[in-house]
Amino acid sequence: MKFSGWKLSYFLLAFLFVPDRAFAMHIMEGYLPIEWAIFWWVLSIPFIILGLRSIRKTIDENPETKMILGLSGAFAFVLSALKIPSVTGSCSHPTGVGLGTVLFGPLVMSVIGTIVLLFQSLLLAHGGLTTLGANAFSMAIAGPIIAYYVFHGSQKMGLSFSIAVFLAAMLGDLGTYIVTSVQLALAFPSEVGGFMASFTKFASIFAFTQIPLAVSEGILTVIVMNFLKKYNVSELKALRVFSAKEAH
Amino acid sequence: MKKNLLLLAIVVLLAIIPLFIQKGADFEGADGEAEAAIGEIDANYEPWFESLWEPPSGEIESLLFALQAAIGAGFIGYFIGLMRGKHKEG
Repeated sequence: MKFSGWKLSYFLLAFLFVPDRAFAMHIMEGYLPIEWAIFWWVLSIPFIILGLRSIRKTIDENPETKMILGLSGAFAFVLSALKIPSVTGSCSHPTGVGLGTVLFGPLVMSVIGTIVLLFQSLLLAHGGLTTLGANAFSMAIAGPIIAYYVFHGSQKMGLSFSIAVFLAAMLGDLGTYIVTSVQLALAFPSEVGGFMASFTKFASIFAFTQIPLAVSEGILTVIVMNFLKKYNVSELKALRVFSAKEAH
Repeated sequence: MKKNLLLLAIVVLLAIIPLFIQKGADFEGADGEAEAAIGEIDANYEPWFESLWEPPSGEIESLLFALQAAIGAGFIGYFIGLMRGKHKEG
């Protein structure tokens, strides 16, 4: 019964979310003025370098967590390929970076998220190279940082592990698109109303669409974490994922 | 495991419900709308860089997206099988 449950979930997932139309949810190639494109690149690069170091350190200290690192990358890969309809009548996709953030911390995801974005910008014309810095900052840096603090904040508040994971993944996802809206509003302030008017406009496009998807991402992250909790407890302990209270 | 299936059902519903409550909508990408919004704010803005390569058709683009999902899902499936197998042995 247990086995068929997982098999069924796997097929349902694969079946339901066959990607359909080709639209990017990231900032499109060439759509950031050059000075902003450079600005976000400069801001993102240090995080990516720190992320590479963090990955090396994690693998050196806990080589047994390599497979879980792969899982975090695969999860981000799948989720960012799934364009899901939303209540606003348009589509967007989750980011999938919350899982890896909870497991490995935000820096590791800055690298994994950037790899996903690079793949999409080179092969899918989804996002872009000039806008990769900005997109990496929102999805691979800001999102994971938000998820990280939400996770640890929730644990400190004494919320259960699953709720903390859910909130982290959900708010990290939502945060990504709010940052995207900020980036676009900074680059394209409205003539009337300036930054705030533009921000409201972009946020209403990106962030509202994202709300149900963020909830979905939160739930999917909890499902994967439930599996890890069952079969990979020792690795989770090595990564110090549980709060002191839960790590019995 | 029951709990996971229930959670999965919620995810499925969240994706299906919009199709019914927004019947006439065309469900385009949120980025297409953002592009239009940029046009409204600054009608003179011209993208200054083009993608180096674009999938020649929607079909090929969806192939690549499916491939992306398949690679990821394949690894996740492998991981689940491996860990369950190890668990049983142990």
